[in-house]
Amino acid sequence: MIDLDDLDRALLRALSLEGDLSAGELGRRFGLSQPAAWRRVRRMEDAGILAGLRVEVDRAALGFGVTVFLGVKLATKGRVSLEDFERAVQAIPEVQVVQHVLGLFDYRLRVVARDIADFERVLRRRIMTLPGLGQVEANVLLTEERRPGPLG
Amino acid sequence: MQIDDSDRRILRQVLAEPAAPRSDLAERAGVTAATLGRRLDRLREGGIVRAVRAAIDWRALGFEVEVSLRFTLDKTNPRAFDEFIDAAREVPEVVAIETFLGRVDVRLNVVARDMAHYQEVYRARILALPHIAEVDALMLIATIKDSEGLPL
Repeated sequence: MIDLDDLDRALLRALSLEGDLSAGELGRRFGLSQPAAWRRVRRMEDAGILAGLRVEVDRAALGFGVTVFLGVKLATKGRVSLEDFERAVQAIPEVQVVQHVLGLFDYRLRVVARDIADFERVLRRRIMTLPGLGQVEANVLLTEERRPGPLG
Repeated sequence: MQIDDSDRRILRQVLAEPAAPRSDLAERAGVTAATLGRRLDRLREGGIVRAVRAAIDWRALGFEVEVSLRFTLDKTNPRAFDEFIDAAREVPEVVAIETFLGRVDVRLNVVARDMAHYQEVYRARILALPHIAEVDALMLIATIKDSEGLPL
């Protein structure tokens, strides 16, 4: 793990809001030369702290009005079951996020659909047919907000 | 804002791999790089693209623990949601806040340096949040898929 100073953290905060800021623009904001800003960003990329870009869109305006989080329990455990389930679930285009978790469920999935009828289709045809699937709990997303987190 | 098939093809490629070089994304979408840039600017001005953010890997930053905390709130108080969310925004370790329709009312994504730090945040900050009726925790083991991709 690399050490970050206050300036690095300020750059991270700025990039977590606007990920496509150029090194020149970052430099102007924080009183650095363009090459100095670029070196700092590059160092955080190399350390894996800056892990690519995330483009956030208005899903509803693009025709995907429903986002549902599913908590999934597997009926059968063991390494082979996990691998089979993960391979199959990742391939579903409507499934954006797959997280292996410990607790009440084994997996958390974020699923997008055009509307509730479309969600039902995805649930019945794609999710319910996954290998090893057990109990499923659905919660429909109403609002979401990303926070800067402990960068200060 | 009106969007056409070219916009959808561009968004599909950009959402699938936001960090890929623009020239590659343009080729995959079957447009020139200039068209892709112009269309993306327009989608951004029209509010379809809401934000481009840097993805921050909290583990690489030394936050080894990530927990999804799921709350049911005491809804006898009409201000429960607003007051809970306002208070949650004050906790620096909270990196995301989501509200739901379902058994879960609100979900907080919390990061911590290690289990001792998590325990401290959970006991001192999280359990102090107002109007909690029930809480359960899912501890992240591994992220298998994390994409903003849409089946456009």
